[in-house]
Amino acid sequence: MQKARLSRVIVLAAVGAVALGACSARNESDSGGDTPPQSQAAAPAQASNAANPAGDGKAQCAPTSIAYAGTINGNNAALGQNILYGVDLAVTQHNKANPGCQVKLEKFETEGTPDKAPGIVTQIANTNSIIGVVGLPFSGESKAAGNIFNDKGLVQLTPSATNPTLSQNGWKTFFRGLGNDNTQGPAAAQFITQELKADKVCVVRDDSEYGTGLADAITKALGEKATCQQTVKTKQIDFAAVVNDIKSKSPQAIFYSGYYQEAAPLAQQLSDAGVDAKFVGPDGVKDDEFVKGAGDAAAKAYFTCPCVPADQFTDFSTAYKAASGKDPGTYSPEGYDLATILLKGIDAGKKDRASLLDFVKTYDGQGLTKHFKWDDKGELAKTTVWTYKVEGGKIVRNTEIK
Amino acid sequence: MLIHHELTTHVLADIKFDPGAFVDQFWQNTVDGLSQGSIYALVALGYTLVYGVLKLINFAHSEVFIYGAYATWFTFYGLGFRPGSTPDLPVFELIGFLLLALVVSMLVSGGTAVVLERVAYRPLRKRGAPRLAFLITAIGASFVLQQILFLTRGGNAERSIRLMKPEAQFTIFGAEITNVTLIIIIASVVLMVFADVFVNRTKFGRGIRAVAQDPDTATLMGVNKERIIILTFLIGGLLAGAAAFFYMIKNPQGASYQGGFILGIKAFTAAVLGGIGNLRGALLGGILLGLVENYGQAFFGGNWRDVVAFVLLVLILMFRPTGILGESLGKARV
Repeated sequence: MQKARLSRVIVLAAVGAVALGACSARNESDSGGDTPPQSQAAAPAQASNAANPAGDGKAQCAPTSIAYAGTINGNNAALGQNILYGVDLAVTQHNKANPGCQVKLEKFETEGTPDKAPGIVTQIANTNSIIGVVGLPFSGESKAAGNIFNDKGLVQLTPSATNPTLSQNGWKTFFRGLGNDNTQGPAAAQFITQELKADKVCVVRDDSEYGTGLADAITKALGEKATCQQTVKTKQIDFAAVVNDIKSKSPQAIFYSGYYQEAAPLAQQLSDAGVDAKFVGPDGVKDDEFVKGAGDAAAKAYFTCPCVPADQFTDFSTAYKAASGKDPGTYSPEGYDLATILLKGIDAGKKDRASLLDFVKTYDGQGLTKHFKWDDKGELAKTTVWTYKVEGGKIVRNTEIK
Repeated sequence: MLIHHELTTHVLADIKFDPGAFVDQFWQNTVDGLSQGSIYALVALGYTLVYGVLKLINFAHSEVFIYGAYATWFTFYGLGFRPGSTPDLPVFELIGFLLLALVVSMLVSGGTAVVLERVAYRPLRKRGAPRLAFLITAIGASFVLQQILFLTRGGNAERSIRLMKPEAQFTIFGAEITNVTLIIIIASVVLMVFADVFVNRTKFGRGIRAVAQDPDTATLMGVNKERIIILTFLIGGLLAGAAAFFYMIKNPQGASYQGGFILGIKAFTAAVLGGIGNLRGALLGGILLGLVENYGQAFFGGNWRDVVAFVLLVLILMFRPTGILGESLGKARV
């Protein structure tokens, strides 16, 4: 009797599912397209002397490994995958061109959280065959695990962690492949007040290391124009009270300091509530996932990012697309550049952690995205910040903030 | 240590006391709190019913809920809608699609709850396992259900699909009432009344109350205990499925494998707040929790949402250890 009833429920559910699956797709997404044409800065051309992972094809080395550590399927996975595919491409190109020097890329999933990263990084540090790491994309996990790299003398090149304090811990192994938020914060403030002409700006931060650090930097740079502050939590998706508060302050622009996972629903709920302020997000928000998640609200969004548009890096973009099936995303070229630096070191005969660390420390060379030469804290001398906007459902470059 | 120290200073710097914002946004927050609270209340009913009958905190109920959320998403997807901009549908078509999604979510959640009872709890009951074993099984089942979603759908939330935009229909004291809020509040109230009548007025409900009160005597009086237990899980699941549907039209990004966890904890809190085992207590607790969370955010800032909710729980349990309305499904006076 009970058995019969139970199976009836299951059959009913199954029939429903099949019936639903049979219907065809409609309403293919096509968000926005109503952005007025703005002056778009030309994307930088590919430097002719940019380091190429293929090298001269004559490199000889014993089999060795480098690693990528960061989110792969965890929080804000798209940001990590962009980097991973870039790194992977560099290693593949290198190995193909250099039969005498095969480098293995090992991938480690940190889920992007500060509580998981230290365990994973310890595991990497204890694997002696790994002599260099591209990774820890996020600031929170970098802060939690940076000392482990330092203790084991394992060189760590981060392609995207931008919290300024990361380079002030005395870690000898930390190198940042882009500008930090002491550059991005003021640049974003300048963009919002001068280009978007907003005098009342709401700064919304999440509770991550990255979000709080960047929010402090932009708030300081905005000065009196930062007229309201709000805080949200990682993984929050219902923002009713936050939206009500922002609405009552009627800002002209909103800067969301955090990642796309929370930014997408927030942007949508703000737009639904009739808040028509311009929505500006930093590099953590600049991803296609934001555009897809925020729906119609994405058409009005802008992004700031210490990343260089890859539009002109045609060789790279073509190879990237062939390998991953996608266009390069935020920090794909940066991941590629940093992996290339490690590979150059290996090709130059560096075969242990200490010598590879020395190699990176004294490295001085052009990459796709910029010139790489680090100071003693692991920061680059010259960095750039670009702004991006959404056009026809895609993120496109806007201007370079100077 | 350093990290913790900096964290505390950050947090303390973030707290704000903003009575002005609290007063200004009071009505809007009340309305939003009511709709969020209705969702908590519907999920809380599942916790409270199962507790009443089995004296078991069914921690896997949060996953029963999230399976409903996925069901809503898949229904929309199966109907041919894709993530991106919100389509403009004729009213009748829209209502039809929404009703379909509601029914599918309820069936999926109800089915999940029944299967859960069958696979996880019944074998234990047959062997007369101690109560702690049930509790650990509940937590284990919750992980299993989560990981099934993780393995099949991945770690990221499903991209939002929605069929209707929240649009203000009218205002009360300056608070905008949107179509979504209206649907959630009205439909929830209907379901709550239905659940209350079912438990208090029907033959099946009498069975549930009888088993809750004294399982052995109930069996002697001709109540089929096993059947009542399945029924209890089914009702809890159906209500959780409805809640999941409301949750998804409110937060289309809600379908993620861990997405049920916090909401489940909140609903459980709501059930304890009102008096676990007490049907009306769960309703009251859910709505109260939804309201207080929103007021607390307006007053202290957005990141204080969970703190406010749990401080409320601690305070109420301090003065009324059995919750606001007390434990009562097991008592004769229901």
